[in-house]
Amino acid sequence: MAECHPVGFQWVTEAKKRGAKIIHIDPRFTRTSALADQHVSIRAGSDIALLGGIINYIIENEKYFEEYVLEYTNASTIIQSDFKDTEDIDGLFSGYNPELGAYDNESWGYRGIEEAAAAGARELSVNDQEHQISMHGGQGAAHKIGSQGKSLSDISIHSDRTLRDPMCVFQILRRHYSRYTPEMVERTTGIPQGAFLEICRAVTENSGKDRTTSWVYSVGWTHHSVGVQYIRGAAIIQLLLGNIGRPGGGILALRGHASIQGSTDIPTLYDILPGYLPMPSASMTAGLKGYLESLMAAKQKGFWANLDSYMVSFLKSYWGDAANPENDYCFSYLPKINGDHGTYRTVMDMMDGKVEGYMIFGENPAVGSANARMQRLALSKLKWLVVRDFNLIESATFWKDSPEIATTELETSDIATEVFFFPAASQAEKDGSFTQTQRMLQWHHKAVDPPGDCRSELHFFYQLGLKIKELLKDSKNPRDYPIRDLTWDYPTTKNGEPVAEAVLKEINGSHLAGEKKGKLLASYTEMKPDGSTSGGCWIYTGVFADGINHAAKRKPGQDQSWVAPDWGWVWPANRRILYNRASADPDGKPWSERKAYIWWDEAQAKWTGHDVPDFEPSKAPWYRPPDDAVGPDALAGNDPFIMQADGKGWLFAPAGIKDGPLPTHYEPQESPVTNALYAQQKNPARQVFKRSDNLSNPSAPAEGYEVYPYVFTTYRLTEHHTAGGMSRFLPYLSELQPEFFCEVSPELAAERNLRPGGWATIVTARTAIEARVLVTRRIKPLRIDGKIIHQIGLPYHWGVGNQALVAGDSANDLFGLTLDPNVHIQESKVSSCDIQPGRRPTGPELLNLVASYRRRAGITQDTGNELATNYEADK
Amino acid sequence: MSKTIVHLGLDPAKISGWDVAQPRMGFFTDTSLCIGCKACEVACKEWNEIPEDGLDWLGISYDNTGSLGASSWRHVAFIEQAVPGGRTDTPSSASALDGSDLRWLMSSDVCKHCTEAGCLDVCPTGSLFRTEFGTVVVQDDICNGCGYCVAACPFGVIERRTGSHGTKNVGLAQKCTLCYDRLVSGMTPACAQACPTESIQFGNLSELRSRARRRVEKLQLDGNRAARLYGDDPNDGIGGAGAMFLLLDQPEVYGLPPNPVVATRELGQMWKQAGIAALTFLIGAAAASIER
Repeated sequence: MAECHPVGFQWVTEAKKRGAKIIHIDPRFTRTSALADQHVSIRAGSDIALLGGIINYIIENEKYFEEYVLEYTNASTIIQSDFKDTEDIDGLFSGYNPELGAYDNESWGYRGIEEAAAAGARELSVNDQEHQISMHGGQGAAHKIGSQGKSLSDISIHSDRTLRDPMCVFQILRRHYSRYTPEMVERTTGIPQGAFLEICRAVTENSGKDRTTSWVYSVGWTHHSVGVQYIRGAAIIQLLLGNIGRPGGGILALRGHASIQGSTDIPTLYDILPGYLPMPSASMTAGLKGYLESLMAAKQKGFWANLDSYMVSFLKSYWGDAANPENDYCFSYLPKINGDHGTYRTVMDMMDGKVEGYMIFGENPAVGSANARMQRLALSKLKWLVVRDFNLIESATFWKDSPEIATTELETSDIATEVFFFPAASQAEKDGSFTQTQRMLQWHHKAVDPPGDCRSELHFFYQLGLKIKELLKDSKNPRDYPIRDLTWDYPTTKNGEPVAEAVLKEINGSHLAGEKKGKLLASYTEMKPDGSTSGGCWIYTGVFADGINHAAKRKPGQDQSWVAPDWGWVWPANRRILYNRASADPDGKPWSERKAYIWWDEAQAKWTGHDVPDFEPSKAPWYRPPDDAVGPDALAGNDPFIMQADGKGWLFAPAGIKDGPLPTHYEPQESPVTNALYAQQKNPARQVFKRSDNLSNPSAPAEGYEVYPYVFTTYRLTEHHTAGGMSRFLPYLSELQPEFFCEVSPELAAERNLRPGGWATIVTARTAIEARVLVTRRIKPLRIDGKIIHQIGLPYHWGVGNQALVAGDSANDLFGLTLDPNVHIQESKVSSCDIQPGRRPTGPELLNLVASYRRRAGITQDTGNELATNYEADK
Repeated sequence: MSKTIVHLGLDPAKISGWDVAQPRMGFFTDTSLCIGCKACEVACKEWNEIPEDGLDWLGISYDNTGSLGASSWRHVAFIEQAVPGGRTDTPSSASALDGSDLRWLMSSDVCKHCTEAGCLDVCPTGSLFRTEFGTVVVQDDICNGCGYCVAACPFGVIERRTGSHGTKNVGLAQKCTLCYDRLVSGMTPACAQACPTESIQFGNLSELRSRARRRVEKLQLDGNRAARLYGDDPNDGIGGAGAMFLLLDQPEVYGLPPNPVVATRELGQMWKQAGIAALTFLIGAAAASIER
């Protein structure tokens, strides 16, 4: 965190000053470790073994927050009797389909709702590619699955409040992690038992009524073939310890850019619409009604019951007057998806000649994406490419200076890609908002005009839209109607720059009819399904309430309450902590004075406290819904998790996760270590691509793995930003970290004759790259299952090109593409490799070196891509 | 001279003739809070328009600046070391494979703005001067590049800028100005402003000194027995620094001289001794001639 988020880290130093204990878990000793009370070195890719170990410690030592677990989680819920755990089938859950390499989650459901769950399961069935796609995408998936409450609406959930029923969630959880002992944690992660128990003690001693613990993570947890399950692991710990919905608790995702949260809220993802509304799929033929029915039960519980209001308001903001009840509010105008259209799928399609044009905005995939070599080769197959950036990044100049020109795989004269470069305005040169990880929108004001031809994204898209609309204005082709009818009339200032606040107002939404016609909405609860309101992103409604840009609020901390509601604006409804009903006990009283946050005020008969309650304001703690209740009314007064159909935090996920209801330790796609916990080596539901341009190293115990005996991980340095587009062109940053280097332990340096300050060549099945050698005790060998495993650290900021002040090989060239099945994120925080002293060969010799390694390891397109290990035998 | 200053309560501005009610301003760099982000280095270069000085990878931990110099007015040192004496709370199963005995010290070094400033004392042109804030600043338009100051600094801070023709202020003596131009406008120096963890603190020197003493006491109470202040003592060889530091180990570990003494302090004594030596020589010569 100190490395990549130094400004945010000030709050960690602040907390430390006040007595907080800081533990840093990372393969390397970093600048964060330097300030932490304890650094724990872990083998990259083994975190679920650690998290599972902590879960096991909490349960076996009865350290869980009993009342919270019983009342606020699904611990007591009984799961269907045909559910089988990984303990029963050696690393697989019930429902695995070896042909599809995917799960049917029918057996994971709550008991008592079999019939309804089966209907839900058809929705979730992974053999239907379209539905598979519609089911994932960031937060949307979980929320939406929560909304799959049709199964929970009619029949009451079976539960055992003694938590003793062998099929209740708590007992399944206990059994699932019973072998994640301190010994197993040490064998798998390399963390000595003593250090592991120190973590367990620190986390449990700092949780409970009076104290809370938070977990902070970044892409070190998400860039894995089991990335979603890492986060689930932390979620289980936090639910067991009562650290969700309470001040000082939570699981905090640190983002790689200022507005990554914003780019999922108002998504750059293909499978969701703003506000996590699922993107319609091509198989949905029944229009808006069918779409809504597929997502909402007639007797829907929880707040997703108002999905129709959010969706219709969204359509009204897109198509304005053209959207009316007669034409389904132009629902048919929305694009439909019919498969995986993620970034890596698109690049593979590019390789295969299926994509003509591509636009790159503020990204540098030629350096920053996994299998960056494939990215560059794919760009060379386009007809046209638009790059908008501050500088001529490698993704814009690949056609003349990429490494493939040097290896003669590409010839400039053969590349037909026409590249259009548009210089971009920086954040100081335009108005706009950032949405950070706390869901906080913060407005930034333009300080200076952008220089020369540099323009904002708003300008680019708005002007491009105007031009396209002009071209299509007389079109009689129905496929052009969505653009013809699009509302596209923002006020502009100098040079045709749209007024950014006008866009924020459109996102906020307005009343279109009635008394308040023309007024901005104050809250998403004002949205209607009848076309009388608009709103571009329902969760952002209220940011412009009363005509005030609340995102621009900057009242200093000392001038307001400690929750600081007047600093920026947090969705939804300026609520700083989600599910904060959980900060009070079932009777609505604070768990403790020290951690008081939201409570039930008996005299006023409403919820009150330091934050905006995440609960219906006047629903008493003892409210119990009548049997026929639907929507929010169906949630009881002690159901804090209001977006879940059962109102509970899910220790066990009966739906919504493709690779299992409970996190399970699997080895990475490429690992020199055999899975010590299960015969199943890797995530059986991961997404693999058997292609000649995407070969994998063999993993233990398969033959040939020892050709790539080391583990490597990649990361950022404080001095640079991601793929370098914003830093390698600046002298003051480039001089601070001018060259690509690898970090190795003295022991590995001795083993491979790596000279400090010299060069090393690092090889995988994809390619070989070279780096300067930094020998440091901050990287240390680990003892894994009795064997010494060396790890290599590679910062990934450099790329090959002639435009930046500093250049170097890209660490991302080393990775292949294997994805998490839930969100299609690549496994780029761990792989295996070899390292040798000296510089790599140049020209075609480089290809020969890589090929000789592949031959020695016996690599084919099938290598490493078997999904279920010995599936038949285990059956 | 030094005695006078100590007597006046460390107010070099006053004895330099400033007649303003302006307390002495300075830095307190608390290295126990430094995260090595180098924002200070970058902010300094941005504000003061200092040229980039070499895209060279040094291979010394994460330090590619190397040292303070004409074009590096802040320098973050990175020291990877074994924890002195080892950790007492090492888990029982920890072995040589456990890195719990490791620590990584980071410290942002800067000009000390000495109470007795050698550079200022020897400057023949008056380019170096004492500001009303008690800081020591080079005036670029007066400096003639003679370099006397370079030899006079006990810390090796001030240097003449090298570079190709056309480089800003090439050939002139350059060092931290404690952002004199910002101070006169009531602003905080760029480095302190940019520091995210308040490792670099700017303010009234006497206030900073008491803050520093409280902080070091707390760290020592917490078991960090090696924590110490550097440059806070008005009785040291430079009359106390205008930029002091809280260190977690001996100064040498950070590349700082343990007992810096301003060369000019002994000037009177040196002249006296030189006089005696000359006299002795003359007497000897006279005696020799008499003997002859």
